[in-house]
Amino acid sequence: MTDPAAGARPGAGSEPLIRLRDVVRAFPARGGGEVRALDGVDLDVASGEILGVVGYSGAGKSTLLRLVNALDRPTSGTVTVAGREVSALSERELRTVRRDIGMIFQQFNLFSSRTVWGNVAYPLQVAGVPKAEHRRRISDLLHFVGLADKAHAHPEQLSGGQKQRVGIARALATDPQILLADEPTSALDPQTTSEVLALLRRVNEELGITIVLITHEMDVVRSLAHRVAVMEAGRVVEQGDTYDLFSRPGHPATRRFVDTLVEKGPPARALDRLRERHPGRMVTLSFREQDASPADVFAVFVERGVQFELVHGGVEDVRGRTFGHLTFTVTGADEAVADAVARVATLVEVTEHATRDDAGGNA
Amino acid sequence: MDRLLELEGLFWDASLQTLYIVFTTLVLGGMGGLLLGLLLHTTRPGGIAPQRLVHVALNVLVNFFRPIPFIVFIAAAQPAARLVVGTGIGNKSLIFALSIAATFGISRIVEQNLVSVDPGVLEASRAMGAGRLRTTLTVLLPEALGPLVLGYTFALVAIVDMAAVAGVVGGGGLGAFALTYGYRQYEPVVTWAAVLMIIAFVQLAQFAGNRLARRIMRR
Repeated sequence: MTDPAAGARPGAGSEPLIRLRDVVRAFPARGGGEVRALDGVDLDVASGEILGVVGYSGAGKSTLLRLVNALDRPTSGTVTVAGREVSALSERELRTVRRDIGMIFQQFNLFSSRTVWGNVAYPLQVAGVPKAEHRRRISDLLHFVGLADKAHAHPEQLSGGQKQRVGIARALATDPQILLADEPTSALDPQTTSEVLALLRRVNEELGITIVLITHEMDVVRSLAHRVAVMEAGRVVEQGDTYDLFSRPGHPATRRFVDTLVEKGPPARALDRLRERHPGRMVTLSFREQDASPADVFAVFVERGVQFELVHGGVEDVRGRTFGHLTFTVTGADEAVADAVARVATLVEVTEHATRDDAGGNA
Repeated sequence: MDRLLELEGLFWDASLQTLYIVFTTLVLGGMGGLLLGLLLHTTRPGGIAPQRLVHVALNVLVNFFRPIPFIVFIAAAQPAARLVVGTGIGNKSLIFALSIAATFGISRIVEQNLVSVDPGVLEASRAMGAGRLRTTLTVLLPEALGPLVLGYTFALVAIVDMAAVAGVVGGGGLGAFALTYGYRQYEPVVTWAAVLMIIAFVQLAQFAGNRLARRIMRR
Protein backbone atom coordinates (compact mmCIF):
# COMPACT_ATOMS: atom_id res chain seq x y z
CA MET A 1 0.00 0.00 0.00
CA THR A 2 1.44 3.32 -1.02
CA ASP A 3 0.23 6.83 -0.53
CA PRO A 4 -1.57 7.63 -3.79
CA ALA A 5 -0.97 11.35 -3.44
CA ALA A 6 2.65 11.05 -2.47
CA GLY A 7 3.78 11.52 -6.05
CA ALA A 8 2.05 14.89 -6.27
CA ARG A 9 3.98 16.18 -3.31
CA PRO A 10 7.25 17.95 -3.61
CA GLY A 11 10.46 16.50 -2.34
CA ALA A 12 11.45 17.10 1.23
CA GLY A 13 13.74 20.02 1.92
CA SER A 14 12.14 22.45 -0.52
CA GLU A 15 11.18 25.87 0.82
CA PRO A 16 7.72 25.79 2.43
CA LEU A 17 5.06 27.75 0.55
CA ILE A 18 3.56 29.06 3.77
CA ARG A 19 5.64 29.58 6.85
CA LEU A 20 4.51 30.82 10.27
CA ARG A 21 7.17 31.61 12.82
CA ASP A 22 6.50 32.25 16.49
CA VAL A 23 3.18 33.82 15.66
CA VAL A 24 1.19 35.43 18.46
CA ARG A 25 -2.19 37.04 17.94
CA ALA A 26 -3.51 38.70 21.06
CA PHE A 27 -6.87 40.40 21.48
CA PRO A 28 -7.67 42.78 24.29
CA ALA A 29 -9.76 40.93 26.86
CA ARG A 30 -12.84 42.31 28.50
CA GLY A 31 -11.85 43.89 31.77
CA GLY A 32 -8.22 44.46 30.79
CA GLY A 33 -5.43 42.10 29.87
CA GLU A 34 -5.35 40.11 26.67
CA VAL A 35 -6.49 36.85 25.21
CA ARG A 36 -4.04 35.02 23.02
CA ALA A 37 -5.93 33.45 20.15
CA LEU A 38 -2.58 32.25 18.85
CA ASP A 39 0.23 31.73 21.28
CA GLY A 40 3.55 31.01 19.61
CA VAL A 41 2.64 29.07 16.49
CA ASP A 42 5.27 27.61 14.14
CA LEU A 43 3.85 25.96 11.05
CA ASP A 44 5.07 25.11 7.56
CA VAL A 45 2.92 24.19 4.59
CA ALA A 46 4.68 22.63 1.63
CA SER A 47 3.71 23.50 -1.91
CA GLY A 48 1.15 21.04 -3.28
CA GLU A 49 0.04 19.54 0.00
CA ILE A 50 -3.28 19.55 1.81
CA LEU A 51 -2.86 20.53 5.42
CA GLY A 52 -5.77 19.93 7.76
CA VAL A 53 -5.88 22.08 10.88
CA VAL A 54 -8.16 20.65 13.54
CA GLY A 55 -9.22 22.00 16.88
CA TYR A 56 -12.31 22.83 18.88
CA SER A 57 -13.92 26.21 18.37
CA GLY A 58 -11.80 28.83 20.06
CA ALA A 59 -8.59 26.89 19.51
CA GLY A 60 -7.37 29.59 17.13
CA LYS A 61 -7.87 27.84 13.78
CA SER A 62 -9.80 30.67 12.11
CA THR A 63 -7.35 33.27 13.34
CA LEU A 64 -4.50 31.20 11.96
CA LEU A 65 -6.13 30.87 8.54
CA ARG A 66 -6.81 34.61 8.31
CA LEU A 67 -3.17 35.39 8.90
CA VAL A 68 -2.18 33.59 5.71
CA ASN A 69 -3.95 36.08 3.43
CA ALA A 70 -3.44 38.83 6.00
CA LEU A 71 -7.12 39.46 6.63
CA ASP A 72 -5.77 39.63 10.16
CA ARG A 73 -2.26 40.41 11.35
CA PRO A 74 -0.12 38.82 14.02
CA THR A 75 0.69 40.74 17.18
CA SER A 76 4.19 39.36 16.83
CA GLY A 77 5.95 36.79 14.68
CA THR A 78 6.06 36.46 10.91
CA VAL A 79 3.86 34.96 8.24
CA THR A 80 5.58 34.27 4.93
CA VAL A 81 3.78 33.18 1.78
CA ALA A 82 5.76 32.22 -1.32
CA GLY A 83 8.76 34.07 0.03
CA ARG A 84 6.94 37.32 0.84
CA GLU A 85 6.38 38.33 4.42
CA VAL A 86 2.66 39.12 4.21
CA SER A 87 2.51 40.20 7.83
CA ALA A 88 4.67 43.22 6.87
CA LEU A 89 2.85 44.30 3.70
CA SER A 90 0.47 47.24 3.42
CA GLU A 91 -3.19 46.70 2.59
CA ARG A 92 -2.51 47.99 -0.93
CA GLU A 93 0.45 45.65 -1.48
CA LEU A 94 -1.65 42.78 -0.18
CA ARG A 95 -4.20 43.15 -2.96
CA THR A 96 -1.93 41.45 -5.47
CA VAL A 97 -0.84 38.80 -2.95
CA ARG A 98 -4.47 37.94 -2.21
CA ARG A 99 -5.20 37.21 -5.87
CA ASP A 100 -2.82 34.31 -5.46
CA ILE A 101 -4.70 32.97 -2.43
CA GLY A 102 -8.28 31.81 -2.87
CA MET A 103 -10.58 31.42 0.11
CA ILE A 104 -13.80 29.53 0.78
CA PHE A 105 -16.03 29.84 3.81
CA GLN A 106 -18.33 27.82 6.04
CA GLN A 107 -21.28 30.07 5.18
CA PHE A 108 -20.13 30.33 1.53
CA ASN A 109 -20.29 34.15 1.59
CA LEU A 110 -21.61 34.39 -1.94
CA PHE A 111 -22.83 37.76 -3.22
CA SER A 112 -26.61 37.46 -3.21
CA SER A 113 -26.86 40.48 -5.51
CA ARG A 114 -25.02 38.60 -8.27
CA THR A 115 -25.72 35.47 -10.25
CA VAL A 116 -23.44 32.45 -10.08
CA TRP A 117 -21.70 33.86 -13.16
CA GLY A 118 -21.41 37.27 -11.52
CA ASN A 119 -19.93 35.77 -8.38
CA VAL A 120 -17.19 34.02 -10.33
CA ALA A 121 -16.63 37.13 -12.45
CA TYR A 122 -16.07 39.36 -9.42
CA PRO A 123 -12.47 38.34 -8.61
CA LEU A 124 -11.63 38.67 -12.32
CA GLN A 125 -12.97 42.22 -12.31
CA VAL A 126 -11.02 42.99 -9.17
CA ALA A 127 -7.85 41.59 -10.71
CA GLY A 128 -8.39 43.60 -13.86
CA VAL A 129 -8.56 40.58 -16.15
CA PRO A 130 -9.65 41.78 -19.61
CA LYS A 131 -13.33 41.26 -20.17
CA ALA A 132 -12.68 39.22 -23.31
CA GLU A 133 -11.12 36.49 -21.17
CA HIS A 134 -13.95 36.34 -18.63
CA ARG A 135 -16.29 34.21 -20.69
CA ARG A 136 -13.89 31.36 -21.25
CA ARG A 137 -12.46 31.43 -17.77
CA ILE A 138 -15.82 31.48 -15.99
CA SER A 139 -17.23 28.82 -18.27
CA ASP A 140 -14.22 26.57 -17.62
CA LEU A 141 -14.53 27.06 -13.87
CA LEU A 142 -18.24 26.34 -13.81
CA HIS A 143 -17.66 23.18 -15.81
CA PHE A 144 -14.88 22.18 -13.43
CA VAL A 145 -17.20 22.43 -10.43
CA GLY A 146 -20.11 20.92 -12.37
CA LEU A 147 -22.42 23.92 -12.30
CA ALA A 148 -22.37 25.09 -15.92
CA ASP A 149 -26.16 24.82 -16.05
CA LYS A 150 -26.57 27.12 -13.04
CA ALA A 151 -24.61 30.06 -14.43
CA HIS A 152 -27.58 32.40 -14.39
CA ALA A 153 -29.10 31.23 -11.11
CA HIS A 154 -28.91 33.39 -8.01
CA PRO A 155 -27.22 31.93 -4.92
CA GLU A 156 -30.47 31.52 -2.94
CA GLN A 157 -31.75 29.17 -5.65
CA LEU A 158 -28.90 26.76 -4.96
CA SER A 159 -28.45 23.98 -2.40
CA GLY A 160 -25.70 24.23 0.20
CA GLY A 161 -23.38 21.96 -1.74
CA GLN A 162 -23.93 23.92 -4.95
CA LYS A 163 -23.23 27.17 -3.10
CA GLN A 164 -19.93 25.82 -1.85
CA ARG A 165 -19.03 24.69 -5.36
CA VAL A 166 -19.69 28.24 -6.58
CA GLY A 167 -17.50 29.42 -3.71
CA ILE A 168 -14.75 27.11 -4.93
CA ALA A 169 -15.10 28.29 -8.53
CA ARG A 170 -14.95 31.89 -7.36
CA ALA A 171 -11.90 31.19 -5.22
CA LEU A 172 -10.13 29.60 -8.19
CA ALA A 173 -10.99 32.34 -10.68
CA THR A 174 -7.67 34.16 -10.45
CA ASP A 175 -5.73 30.90 -10.72
CA PRO A 176 -4.29 30.98 -7.19
CA GLN A 177 -1.48 28.90 -5.79
CA ILE A 178 -3.16 28.46 -2.42
CA LEU A 179 -6.71 27.74 -1.34
CA LEU A 180 -7.75 28.55 2.22
CA ALA A 181 -10.78 26.57 3.34
CA ASP A 182 -12.55 27.77 6.48
CA GLU A 183 -14.75 24.90 7.71
CA PRO A 184 -15.91 24.34 4.11
CA THR A 185 -18.23 21.42 4.88
CA SER A 186 -19.46 22.23 8.37
CA ALA A 187 -22.76 23.61 7.06
CA LEU A 188 -23.34 20.64 4.74
CA ASP A 189 -24.98 17.24 5.11
CA PRO A 190 -22.79 14.09 4.86
CA GLN A 191 -23.64 13.35 1.22
CA THR A 192 -22.87 16.87 0.05
CA THR A 193 -19.79 16.94 2.25
CA SER A 194 -18.24 14.04 0.38
CA GLU A 195 -19.01 15.72 -2.97
CA VAL A 196 -17.31 18.92 -1.88
CA LEU A 197 -14.36 16.97 -0.48
CA ALA A 198 -14.01 15.10 -3.77
CA LEU A 199 -13.96 18.44 -5.58
CA LEU A 200 -11.31 19.80 -3.23
CA ARG A 201 -9.23 16.69 -3.86
CA ARG A 202 -9.43 17.40 -7.61
CA VAL A 203 -8.45 21.01 -6.97
CA ASN A 204 -5.32 19.71 -5.29
CA GLU A 205 -4.50 16.82 -7.62
CA GLU A 206 -5.47 18.24 -11.01
CA LEU A 207 -4.60 21.89 -10.47
CA GLY A 208 -1.77 21.38 -8.02
CA ILE A 209 -3.20 23.93 -5.61
CA THR A 210 -1.99 23.87 -2.01
CA ILE A 211 -4.92 23.68 0.42
CA VAL A 212 -5.03 24.73 4.05
CA LEU A 213 -8.27 23.45 5.51
CA ILE A 214 -9.55 24.11 8.99
CA THR A 215 -12.25 21.93 10.46
CA HIS A 216 -13.45 20.25 13.61
CA GLU A 217 -14.63 17.19 11.69
CA MET A 218 -12.05 14.42 11.79
CA ASP A 219 -13.56 12.46 8.91
CA VAL A 220 -12.97 15.48 6.67
CA VAL A 221 -9.32 15.47 7.64
CA ARG A 222 -9.05 11.73 7.27
CA SER A 223 -10.38 11.69 3.73
CA LEU A 224 -8.57 14.77 2.47
CA ALA A 225 -5.52 15.93 4.37
CA HIS A 226 -1.97 14.80 3.67
CA ARG A 227 -0.85 16.31 6.91
CA VAL A 228 -2.63 17.39 10.07
CA ALA A 229 -1.93 20.06 12.65
CA VAL A 230 -3.88 19.81 15.89
CA MET A 231 -4.57 23.03 17.73
CA GLU A 232 -5.49 23.61 21.33
CA ALA A 233 -5.64 26.91 23.22
CA GLY A 234 -3.80 28.85 20.54
CA ARG A 235 -0.99 26.37 20.03
CA VAL A 236 -0.22 23.64 17.54
CA VAL A 237 0.11 20.74 19.96
CA GLU A 238 0.85 18.06 17.42
CA GLN A 239 1.40 17.84 13.70
CA GLY A 240 2.36 15.14 11.30
CA ASP A 241 1.34 12.82 8.53
CA THR A 242 -2.40 12.12 8.66
CA TYR A 243 -1.88 8.36 8.78
CA ASP A 244 0.59 8.58 11.64
CA LEU A 245 -1.64 10.87 13.64
CA PHE A 246 -4.67 8.63 13.23
CA SER A 247 -2.89 5.37 13.84
CA ARG A 248 -0.87 6.62 16.80
CA PRO A 249 -2.02 9.95 18.21
CA GLY A 250 0.47 11.40 20.67
CA HIS A 251 -1.07 14.43 22.33
CA PRO A 252 -4.24 14.01 24.44
CA ALA A 253 -6.04 16.56 22.25
CA THR A 254 -5.21 14.54 19.14
CA ARG A 255 -6.37 11.39 20.88
CA ARG A 256 -9.72 12.97 21.73
CA PHE A 257 -10.20 13.94 18.10
CA VAL A 258 -9.14 10.56 16.76
CA ASP A 259 -11.39 8.82 19.31
CA THR A 260 -14.40 10.47 17.69
CA LEU A 261 -13.76 8.27 14.65
CA VAL A 262 -11.63 5.35 15.73
CA GLU A 263 -12.12 3.44 18.96
CA LYS A 264 -9.00 2.11 20.49
CA GLY A 265 -10.27 -1.04 22.17
CA PRO A 266 -13.82 -1.73 23.27
CA PRO A 267 -15.71 1.01 25.11
CA ALA A 268 -16.30 0.41 28.86
CA ARG A 269 -19.74 -1.14 28.54
CA ALA A 270 -18.75 -3.49 25.76
CA LEU A 271 -15.67 -4.42 27.76
CA ASP A 272 -17.80 -5.57 30.70
CA ARG A 273 -19.93 -7.75 28.44
CA LEU A 274 -16.87 -9.24 26.79
CA ARG A 275 -15.38 -9.96 30.19
CA GLU A 276 -18.43 -11.98 31.17
CA ARG A 277 -18.08 -14.20 28.14
CA HIS A 278 -14.33 -14.46 27.77
CA PRO A 279 -11.81 -15.54 30.39
CA GLY A 280 -8.09 -14.78 30.20
CA ARG A 281 -6.05 -11.70 29.55
CA MET A 282 -7.51 -9.15 27.22
CA VAL A 283 -5.21 -7.03 25.09
CA THR A 284 -5.73 -4.56 22.27
CA LEU A 285 -3.05 -4.73 19.61
CA SER A 286 -2.56 -1.69 17.40
CA PHE A 287 -1.45 -2.66 13.92
CA ARG A 288 0.07 -0.15 11.56
CA GLU A 289 1.44 -0.60 8.09
CA GLN A 290 5.00 -0.15 9.17
CA ASP A 291 4.71 -2.57 12.11
CA ALA A 292 4.25 -6.34 12.16
CA SER A 293 1.16 -7.77 10.48
CA PRO A 294 -1.52 -9.78 12.30
CA ALA A 295 -0.04 -12.95 10.78
CA ASP A 296 3.27 -12.27 12.59
CA VAL A 297 1.42 -11.87 15.87
CA PHE A 298 -0.66 -15.00 15.39
CA ALA A 299 2.55 -16.91 14.73
CA VAL A 300 3.88 -15.81 18.13
CA PHE A 301 0.72 -16.97 19.89
CA VAL A 302 0.79 -20.31 18.13
CA GLU A 303 4.49 -20.80 18.83
CA ARG A 304 3.96 -20.16 22.56
CA GLY A 305 1.04 -22.55 22.58
CA VAL A 306 -1.59 -20.12 23.80
CA GLN A 307 -5.16 -19.75 22.57
CA PHE A 308 -6.35 -16.43 21.28
CA GLU A 309 -9.63 -15.07 20.08
CA LEU A 310 -10.50 -11.86 18.32
CA VAL A 311 -13.30 -10.26 20.35
CA HIS A 312 -13.42 -6.67 19.16
CA GLY A 313 -11.96 -4.21 16.70
CA GLY A 314 -11.78 -3.20 13.10
CA VAL A 315 -9.56 -2.00 10.34
CA GLU A 316 -9.48 1.69 9.45
CA ASP A 317 -8.06 3.36 6.44
CA VAL A 318 -6.62 6.79 5.93
CA ARG A 319 -6.60 7.65 2.24
CA GLY A 320 -5.89 4.06 1.31
CA ARG A 321 -3.46 3.16 4.11
CA THR A 322 -4.81 0.84 6.76
CA PHE A 323 -4.39 0.40 10.47
CA GLY A 324 -6.44 -1.32 13.14
CA HIS A 325 -6.96 -1.74 16.84
CA LEU A 326 -7.82 -5.41 17.43
CA THR A 327 -8.76 -6.76 20.84
CA PHE A 328 -7.90 -10.36 21.67
CA THR A 329 -8.40 -12.59 24.65
CA VAL A 330 -5.39 -14.78 25.29
CA THR A 331 -5.76 -17.95 27.34
CA GLY A 332 -3.42 -20.74 28.38
CA ALA A 333 -0.74 -21.38 30.97
CA ASP A 334 -0.06 -18.12 32.84
CA GLU A 335 3.61 -18.17 32.03
CA ALA A 336 3.12 -18.92 28.35
CA VAL A 337 0.52 -16.14 28.05
CA ALA A 338 2.81 -13.64 29.79
CA ASP A 339 5.65 -14.66 27.53
CA ALA A 340 3.54 -14.43 24.39
CA VAL A 341 2.17 -10.99 25.25
CA ALA A 342 5.63 -9.71 26.09
CA ARG A 343 6.92 -10.99 22.75
CA VAL A 344 4.02 -9.43 20.84
CA ALA A 345 4.69 -6.14 22.59
CA THR A 346 7.99 -5.95 20.74
CA LEU A 347 6.12 -6.19 17.43
CA VAL A 348 3.12 -3.91 17.88
CA GLU A 349 1.70 -1.51 20.44
CA VAL A 350 -0.14 -3.43 23.16
CA THR A 351 -2.80 -2.02 25.46
CA GLU A 352 -3.76 -4.33 28.30
CA HIS A 353 -7.32 -4.23 29.64
CA ALA A 354 -7.78 -4.80 33.36
CA THR A 355 -9.33 -8.17 34.21
CA ARG A 356 -12.62 -8.28 36.07
CA ASP A 357 -10.81 -9.22 39.24
CA ASP A 358 -8.60 -6.18 38.92
CA ALA A 359 -11.49 -3.97 38.05
CA GLY A 360 -13.56 -5.26 40.93
CA GLY A 361 -10.58 -5.42 43.29
CA ASN A 362 -11.77 -2.53 45.38
CA ALA A 363 -15.26 -3.86 45.89
CA MET B 1 -67.40 71.82 -2.35
CA ASP B 2 -68.05 74.93 -4.41
CA ARG B 3 -65.07 76.56 -2.78
CA LEU B 4 -62.88 73.61 -3.79
CA LEU B 5 -64.01 73.99 -7.42
CA GLU B 6 -63.11 77.69 -7.27
CA LEU B 7 -59.67 76.77 -5.98
CA GLU B 8 -59.10 73.97 -8.49
CA GLY B 9 -56.23 75.73 -10.26
CA LEU B 10 -54.46 76.42 -6.99
CA PHE B 11 -55.06 72.85 -5.84
CA TRP B 12 -53.33 71.30 -8.85
CA ASP B 13 -50.57 73.84 -8.58
CA ALA B 14 -50.09 72.93 -4.90
CA SER B 15 -50.01 69.22 -5.79
CA LEU B 16 -47.29 69.79 -8.36
CA GLN B 17 -45.33 71.90 -5.91
CA THR B 18 -45.50 69.15 -3.33
CA LEU B 19 -44.13 66.68 -5.89
CA TYR B 20 -41.37 69.10 -6.81
CA ILE B 21 -40.41 69.80 -3.18
CA VAL B 22 -40.52 66.15 -2.15
CA PHE B 23 -38.52 64.80 -5.06
CA THR B 24 -35.90 67.53 -4.99
CA THR B 25 -35.45 66.87 -1.28
CA LEU B 26 -35.33 63.13 -1.84
CA VAL B 27 -32.55 63.55 -4.39
CA LEU B 28 -30.47 66.05 -2.38
CA GLY B 29 -31.11 64.61 1.08
CA GLY B 30 -30.92 61.12 -0.37
CA MET B 31 -27.42 61.68 -1.69
CA GLY B 32 -26.31 63.43 1.49
CA GLY B 33 -27.83 60.70 3.62
CA LEU B 34 -26.22 57.97 1.53
CA LEU B 35 -22.81 59.55 1.89
CA LEU B 36 -23.20 60.19 5.60
CA GLY B 37 -24.67 56.73 6.20
CA LEU B 38 -21.81 55.11 4.31
CA LEU B 39 -19.31 57.07 6.38
CA LEU B 40 -21.09 56.07 9.58
CA HIS B 41 -21.02 52.42 8.59
CA THR B 42 -17.53 52.14 7.16
CA THR B 43 -15.80 54.06 9.97
CA ARG B 44 -17.41 52.06 12.74
CA PRO B 45 -15.19 49.72 14.77
CA GLY B 46 -14.89 46.52 12.75
CA GLY B 47 -16.13 48.32 9.63
CA ILE B 48 -14.44 48.48 6.25
CA ALA B 49 -12.29 51.46 7.25
CA PRO B 50 -12.46 51.86 11.01
CA GLN B 51 -11.82 55.45 12.12
CA ARG B 52 -12.86 55.81 15.71
CA LEU B 53 -12.67 59.58 15.95
CA VAL B 54 -14.48 60.23 12.68
CA HIS B 55 -17.16 57.77 13.67
CA VAL B 56 -17.75 59.36 17.06
CA ALA B 57 -17.80 62.86 15.56
CA LEU B 58 -20.34 61.89 12.89
CA ASN B 59 -22.49 60.13 15.45
CA VAL B 60 -22.59 63.20 17.67
CA LEU B 61 -23.38 65.40 14.66
CA VAL B 62 -26.28 63.23 13.54
CA ASN B 63 -27.65 62.92 17.05
CA PHE B 64 -27.42 66.69 17.44
CA PHE B 65 -29.63 67.45 14.45
CA ARG B 66 -32.02 64.53 14.47
CA PRO B 67 -34.10 65.39 17.55
CA ILE B 68 -34.83 68.99 16.46
CA PRO B 69 -38.51 69.18 15.49
CA PHE B 70 -38.67 70.15 11.85
CA ILE B 71 -40.97 73.12 12.43
CA VAL B 72 -38.31 74.57 14.76
CA PHE B 73 -35.44 73.55 12.51
CA ILE B 74 -36.89 75.26 9.46
CA ALA B 75 -37.00 78.53 11.38
CA ALA B 76 -33.55 78.07 12.86
CA ALA B 77 -32.10 77.24 9.46
CA GLN B 78 -33.34 80.48 7.88
CA PRO B 79 -30.07 82.43 8.27
CA ALA B 80 -28.15 79.54 6.76
CA ALA B 81 -30.66 79.34 3.94
CA ARG B 82 -30.13 83.02 3.15
CA LEU B 83 -26.41 82.37 2.93
CA VAL B 84 -26.61 79.27 0.78
CA VAL B 85 -29.66 79.68 -1.47
CA GLY B 86 -29.98 83.46 -1.16
CA THR B 87 -33.38 83.57 0.47
CA GLY B 88 -34.93 82.67 3.81
CA ILE B 89 -38.44 82.22 2.49
CA GLY B 90 -40.29 80.27 -0.15
CA ASN B 91 -39.71 76.85 -1.65
CA LYS B 92 -35.96 77.29 -2.01
CA SER B 93 -35.50 77.91 1.70
CA LEU B 94 -37.90 75.05 2.44
CA ILE B 95 -36.03 72.58 0.24
CA PHE B 96 -32.74 73.68 1.80
CA ALA B 97 -33.98 72.93 5.32
CA LEU B 98 -35.74 69.76 4.25
CA SER B 99 -32.63 68.41 2.50
CA ILE B 100 -30.48 68.94 5.57
CA ALA B 101 -33.00 67.33 7.89
CA ALA B 102 -33.47 64.48 5.40
CA THR B 103 -29.71 63.95 5.15
CA PHE B 104 -29.45 63.25 8.86
CA GLY B 105 -32.59 61.14 8.97
CA ILE B 106 -31.68 59.11 5.89
CA SER B 107 -28.10 58.60 7.11
CA ARG B 108 -29.46 56.51 9.99
CA ILE B 109 -31.71 54.52 7.68
CA VAL B 110 -28.77 53.84 5.37
CA GLU B 111 -26.53 52.88 8.28
CA GLN B 112 -29.11 50.46 9.66
CA ASN B 113 -29.58 48.76 6.30
CA LEU B 114 -25.86 48.43 5.71
CA VAL B 115 -25.42 46.79 9.10
CA SER B 116 -27.66 43.98 7.92
CA VAL B 117 -25.15 43.02 5.20
CA ASP B 118 -23.29 39.86 6.24
CA PRO B 119 -19.72 40.86 7.18
CA GLY B 120 -18.67 37.55 5.62
CA VAL B 121 -19.31 38.77 2.07
CA LEU B 122 -17.28 41.90 2.76
CA GLU B 123 -14.48 39.70 4.06
CA ALA B 124 -14.77 37.54 0.94
CA SER B 125 -14.39 40.62 -1.23
CA ARG B 126 -11.36 41.73 0.73
CA ALA B 127 -9.87 38.24 0.49
CA MET B 128 -10.15 38.51 -3.31
CA GLY B 129 -7.97 41.60 -3.24
CA ALA B 130 -10.67 44.25 -3.57
CA GLY B 131 -9.92 47.64 -2.02
CA ARG B 132 -12.21 49.46 0.37
CA LEU B 133 -13.86 51.74 -2.16
CA ARG B 134 -14.51 48.89 -4.57
CA THR B 135 -15.93 46.69 -1.81
CA THR B 136 -18.19 49.53 -0.71
CA LEU B 137 -19.50 50.30 -4.18
CA THR B 138 -19.64 46.84 -5.73
CA VAL B 139 -20.50 44.63 -2.75
CA LEU B 140 -21.79 46.56 0.25
CA LEU B 141 -24.30 48.76 -1.58
CA PRO B 142 -25.61 46.12 -4.03
CA GLU B 143 -26.05 43.61 -1.18
CA ALA B 144 -28.13 46.13 0.78
CA LEU B 145 -30.04 47.52 -2.21
CA GLY B 146 -33.41 45.90 -1.51
CA PRO B 147 -33.68 47.12 2.09
CA LEU B 148 -32.25 50.47 1.03
CA VAL B 149 -35.08 50.98 -1.45
CA LEU B 150 -37.58 50.27 1.33
CA GLY B 151 -35.70 52.66 3.60
CA TYR B 152 -35.79 55.41 1.00
CA THR B 153 -39.50 54.81 0.49
CA PHE B 154 -39.94 55.31 4.21
CA ALA B 155 -37.86 58.49 3.99
CA LEU B 156 -39.97 59.75 1.08
CA VAL B 157 -43.13 59.44 3.15
CA ALA B 158 -41.44 61.24 6.03
CA ILE B 159 -40.44 64.05 3.67
CA VAL B 160 -44.04 64.43 2.51
CA ASP B 161 -44.95 64.78 6.16
CA MET B 162 -42.22 67.35 6.89
CA ALA B 163 -42.97 69.32 3.72
CA ALA B 164 -46.48 70.03 4.99
CA VAL B 165 -45.16 72.74 7.33
CA ALA B 166 -43.91 74.73 4.34
CA GLY B 167 -46.24 77.58 5.21
CA VAL B 168 -43.94 78.60 8.04
CA VAL B 169 -41.43 80.02 5.59
CA GLY B 170 -43.92 80.86 2.90
CA GLY B 171 -43.35 77.73 0.89
CA GLY B 172 -46.05 76.11 -1.19
CA GLY B 173 -47.51 72.68 -1.67
CA LEU B 174 -50.52 70.80 -0.40
CA GLY B 175 -49.77 71.35 3.28
CA ALA B 176 -49.69 75.12 2.93
CA PHE B 177 -52.76 74.95 0.68
CA ALA B 178 -54.73 72.96 3.23
CA LEU B 179 -53.81 75.33 6.07
CA THR B 180 -54.38 78.54 4.13
CA TYR B 181 -57.56 77.76 2.22
CA GLY B 182 -59.01 74.95 4.27
CA TYR B 183 -58.22 75.25 7.94
CA ARG B 184 -58.08 79.07 8.25
CA GLN B 185 -61.12 79.67 6.07
CA TYR B 186 -63.25 76.98 7.76
CA GLU B 187 -63.49 74.89 4.59
CA PRO B 188 -63.10 71.28 5.72
CA VAL B 189 -63.76 69.98 2.22
CA VAL B 190 -60.73 71.85 0.94
CA THR B 191 -58.62 70.48 3.80
CA TRP B 192 -59.79 66.96 3.11
CA ALA B 193 -59.12 67.25 -0.59
CA ALA B 194 -55.49 68.13 0.19
CA VAL B 195 -55.30 65.30 2.71
CA LEU B 196 -56.64 62.79 0.16
CA MET B 197 -54.14 63.94 -2.42
CA ILE B 198 -51.30 63.51 0.06
CA ILE B 199 -52.58 60.05 0.94
CA ALA B 200 -52.67 59.18 -2.76
CA PHE B 201 -49.05 60.30 -3.15
CA VAL B 202 -47.95 58.26 -0.19
CA GLN B 203 -49.82 55.17 -1.32
CA LEU B 204 -48.35 55.37 -4.79
CA ALA B 205 -44.84 55.95 -3.48
CA GLN B 206 -45.08 53.05 -1.04
CA PHE B 207 -46.54 50.79 -3.71
CA ALA B 208 -43.75 51.64 -6.14
CA GLY B 209 -41.08 51.27 -3.46
CA ASN B 210 -42.39 47.87 -2.38
CA ARG B 211 -42.54 46.62 -5.94
CA LEU B 212 -39.03 47.79 -6.72
CA ALA B 213 -37.61 46.31 -3.51
CA ARG B 214 -39.35 43.00 -4.18
CA ARG B 215 -37.94 42.86 -7.68
CA ILE B 216 -34.45 43.51 -6.36
CA MET B 217 -34.69 41.06 -3.49
CA ARG B 218 -36.40 38.25 -5.38
CA ARG B 219 -33.62 38.10 -7.92
